[in-house]
This record gives sequence, C-alpha cells and structure tokens, in this order.
Amino acid sequence: MMGHAATTPTPDTATAPPLVEARGIVKHFDLGGHFLQRERPMVKALNDVSIAVRRGEAFCLVGESGCGKSTLARVIMGLLDPTEGEIHFDGTRIDALRHKARRPFHRRMQMIFQNPYASLNPRRTVQQTLEEPVRFHFPALSDAEVKERVERVMVSVGNDPGWGQRYPHEFSGGQRQRISIARAMMVDPDLVVADEPISALDVSIQAQVLNVMMDTREKHDLTYLFITHDLSVVRHFGSRVGVMYLGTLCELAETATLFARPRHPYTRILLSAIPRVSTEEMQPPGLPGEVPSAMNLPSGCVFHDRCPLANTRCSAEVPKALPQDDGALVACHAVEEGRG
Amino acid sequence: MPLLDVRDLVVEFPTRHGTLTAVDSVSFTVDKGERLGIVGESGAGKSVAAFAILNLLSRPGRIGGGSITFEGRDLTKLNRQQMRSVRGNRISMIFQDPMMTLNPVLTIGTQMVETLKAHRDISDAEAKRIAIARLGEVKIPSPENRMASYPHELSGGMRQRVVIAIALLTEPALIIADEPTTALDVTIQAEIMSLMLALCKTHGVGLILITHDLAVVSQVTQRVVVLYAGRVVETGQTARVVHDPVHPYTRGLLAALPGEGTPGARLNQIRGGMPSLNAIPEGCAFHPRCDFVQDRCRAAVPPLDDFDGHRVRCVRADDLIAGAAA
Repeated sequence: MMGHAATTPTPDTATAPPLVEARGIVKHFDLGGHFLQRERPMVKALNDVSIAVRRGEAFCLVGESGCGKSTLARVIMGLLDPTEGEIHFDGTRIDALRHKARRPFHRRMQMIFQNPYASLNPRRTVQQTLEEPVRFHFPALSDAEVKERVERVMVSVGNDPGWGQRYPHEFSGGQRQRISIARAMMVDPDLVVADEPISALDVSIQAQVLNVMMDTREKHDLTYLFITHDLSVVRHFGSRVGVMYLGTLCELAETATLFARPRHPYTRILLSAIPRVSTEEMQPPGLPGEVPSAMNLPSGCVFHDRCPLANTRCSAEVPKALPQDDGALVACHAVEEGRG
Repeated sequence: MPLLDVRDLVVEFPTRHGTLTAVDSVSFTVDKGERLGIVGESGAGKSVAAFAILNLLSRPGRIGGGSITFEGRDLTKLNRQQMRSVRGNRISMIFQDPMMTLNPVLTIGTQMVETLKAHRDISDAEAKRIAIARLGEVKIPSPENRMASYPHELSGGMRQRVVIAIALLTEPALIIADEPTTALDVTIQAEIMSLMLALCKTHGVGLILITHDLAVVSQVTQRVVVLYAGRVVETGQTARVVHDPVHPYTRGLLAALPGEGTPGARLNQIRGGMPSLNAIPEGCAFHPRCDFVQDRCRAAVPPLDDFDGHRVRCVRADDLIAGAAA
C-alpha cells in the first residue's frame, strides 16, 4: 500500500523523557599552530550547546555549512569527544564511559550518513555489510538467525531481500541509502542519527527515502536526530527543530511553532530564503556579509554583526536561551527586550 | 527571431555496446533577455544539452542531429576559431563548481583582465576598470582589493559571485548557468539567484538556468522545459507549468517536494528511478513509473502536443487539460 493515513507526530512525545541529551557541549578543534604563537589557533565548532531529544520524536537540527550541526551529531554518537559538556543516553552519562562499557549504547544509537557512495564498503556484498553489526552486537545468534534477521529488516524497510548477494556499485543512490537505513536498523536501535541522508539524492528519490524513514520510525518505535540544511524537509518530517548558527543554538521549538512564529532574526531570514514553488520573484534574504570564521568568533551574540536588530548589548553579552510562552527557546537579546 | 533557437537537437555517445542517445530531438528557444529554466533529475540530459550549445561535449559525445541557431548563425556549423568568438564572449557559462571556471593559481584580477583582453582589443588599465566595475556589480565588498585575491581566499558564495562577474565581462547576450547554486547554502542561494535575476534584467541578458529545483525555477524563470530521459515531456510558461502541471512526471516531481503537503503525511513518491541511457523504455520513457499507464504508452513515443503554448508529451494530455478546465 502506497498511500496510508497521515502519521502526524504523536502528541505524547511532548512529555516523554529525553532519550538522549547533550548538556553544555563545547567542541574546540586544536589546529596546533606554531610554538611562538601566543594563542593556539582553535576552531570553536560548538560553544555551549544543549539539546534533549525525547523518546519517539524526530528532532531536526538545521543550519548552514559550518554551524556545527554535524559536529554535534558526531559528539552525541561518540565519534568525537566533547571538549566540555556531557552526553546522557537513557539516563546514563555515556561520554565518560570507557569503550567497552559504552558498547551496549553504541548498539542503541546508529547513524546514517550523507553520501551513500562512501558509507558502504564497495568490496562487500550487501549481505556481508548487513550481517557484520549483528554478529558484533549479538554474538550468540546462529548463522540462520542472523540471515533471518537480515531478511526481516530488508523487507521491513521495503528492500528486496534478493539484493543481499550484490555489491553497492550495482545500486542507485536511493537504493544505497535504503541499504544504509537497513544497516542502521539491523541491531534494533532506539536512536538513529541521520546526517543529511537525502541531500545527495534526486527529488523523486528523496521522497522515497523520507517515506521509508517515516514508516520505519512508526514500525520500530524509533527516535530520530535528523541533521539537514533543508527546511522544507524539516517542516515535513520534524517534531521539534533546533536552529544553529556558528556553533550556537539560536532557537529551539516545536516544528509548527517555528514555522508559524519564527522569532530569532537568523531563523526568520533562513525561513524567508527557502525557495518556494511560486511566481513571486526571488528576493535577496537581507543577510549582509558572510559567516565569520569559527576561529575568531564575534564577541557577544555570534550573529550580531549580521543582525538587523543588533545593538551594543548584542556585541557585548552572549544571549541565553530563554523560554517563550509557547515553550520555544530563543537566544536573542532583541527578542527578550521586544525590539523589532 | 529568437536569440537562440535549438531545434531537434540530438546528442549521442557512441560506445562499444551501441550508441546512447542522451538528448533526443530537443527543441527550445530563448528570446532576447528571456529567462528559461531546464529542469530534470540526474541523467535527464539537461547539462549535456547545454554543453552541446557551446560545443563543449566531451568525447565521445557528439551532436547527432538538429540545429542550434544563435544570433542568426548555426553554432553546429562553426569551426573552432569561430566558436571561440561566441563561447565566453556572446554566450557565457556558469558551472555548479566555481572552481571549474576559476584558475586556482591566478589572482581574480589577472583572470578577469585576461578574459576581457582575449575578446576585445583594449588596454590593461581599461580592462582593469571594467573588471572592478563588474565585481562591484555582483556586490563584492572592496572590489579593488579583491582583484589581488586568489580564489582559495574567497568563500564559496564569493567565488560564485566572481564567476558571475566574469560571465558578465564581455556583455554576453546569453548566460547558461548549470546548477549555479546547488552547492551553496539557502541564504547564499537566495542572494546569488536574486542577484542573477536582477543583472539579467538590467543588462537585458538571456538566461538558461539548468537545475533540478522546480522551486528555484518558479521564482527565477519565465518559461521552463522539463526533460525526462533526454526528451522534453512538458514545456510552457513557468507559472502555468508549476501551477497546472499536466505530465504525470511533472506532477510527480511537484508533489514529491516536501513542504507543500501536510507535515508528517506520506510524501507522494514516484516509484522506481530514472532509466539508464542504455535501457530507455520503449514508447513513453516514463511509462514504467507512471500510475496511469495504458497500452498505447508502451507502443510509441507520444507526440509533444501543443495546448495554446503549453506543450505536453503524454497520451492523456487532452483529458488532463480538459479535466483541469472543468
């Protein structure tokens, strides 16, 4: 069946406890530099970012290149160690765990990457690729059980189980991404972190992959952390959204709230820049200058030098994320003071 | 007479396993100062068609038929010398990756001055003056200083602005832009596309915008050509095509865009994928993916029927248009 009923985000996710939480994450990359330099050059990729992803939701992180969204995903997955801050998964702090103690959590959080041409091993058959994580995390399963599991998962994400004996180069981008989804689902995770999973695909194929992801979420009771630059995908797919700019979280809100009442000046500009099917001519977004370097962050609010509402307080003081009447969090002095 | 008149263009790639037809009898025109969109997914033949116009096909690709009339001359009949007076001079090209245009070891200024002097007999000082003026027009801050910059010192958005400035240097009649903003962030995309739109208007330059993004096309172009597997499946005024699409493929593409429907609802997907060039289905190339397929779709390629300027290649086009009007 292609067209079944709408699957709007279930309302109980609003009160669900967080499945994964990033608290005060700071991630600086040390570029080494010269010993005579007074200050070692640092890329300040994340500067005190906190998010809590509730069980069962599809949390989206959006922002433009270099805003730190992928870095945050990688810190949460344990692929990068945070410089400061904590990662909690299902009530346990996991960032300080030793590798072996962390392994059960690795099973429960899986990742899907942007480039399906790079994320599948070209020298392994699909069957081998799919079996490996099962054998690693469930060593007690027999060969027959592993095979049965591969087949079951392939069918559940709408793939032909007959693909198993073939190699990645025999598949199109969309099919490869569906194999990546199957691989993530093999070990029965609670959380799937998807970093731009459809950006490399054609429009008609993007829809196929998004549909598979939405179906899978429902069938397996999954939680998604979805990283994307594409706001129209967020509007369709997300239950809540975090908007990032230059390593900080500027706004966090329910998806419907964010699109109906964007508050942070950056969010507003970002939303206005989405191309729409419309006969209105494209307008410049009114965002002067360029994103500053993460090695040399602006003082105060990182957005102040491009912000239409900035004043002297903005260049001096880092804004805190303050809750709004509808539950949104906004880190902006102008919003707090009711300017503009 | 249109500025550019592409008629029954065929582009072929001879291979060991037979000849592949990437562009199959494609016709379109661009008037002076008009903005045309060419839309399609990967493998539709949109870039190949554009490359053919400028005789930039890489071997073994070749023009297998048709004519490309630009400013009264058939470009397919020009020799290399004559082509050089058109390419980069009367017709400029902007690629997805600005580094395809920019030389990484030369300064922006050197590249701009060289481009101008290649096509015009002017002094260095005069060329420099024009180059700085163009950089200012594409809103590059302090253009005099930027002349001494190397491409790697600029961001992706700035590089694409420089490429646009170079494209405008020789005051071309037509710019062909192949996915010029696909690699850029949305705010930069909006900045660059609105800039291109404004410049095309002020200079009266024609534009062919090649993209997979129907939303961008709807906000920038006046007419659109939708390609599928090397053939035109629908063409007409952009507003009409995006608001009242007729061909099931165009309808499917528009319906597949997230952000148009109810959040959380299943997206309308087109099943299957674009056929590869060595296995283009018989009859209507879209028929294996079409929900309304009939026997006659498999039998022969449907004609591109004209409905008052809106042309559609579908056997059901009559009924679909009548249904929409009713």
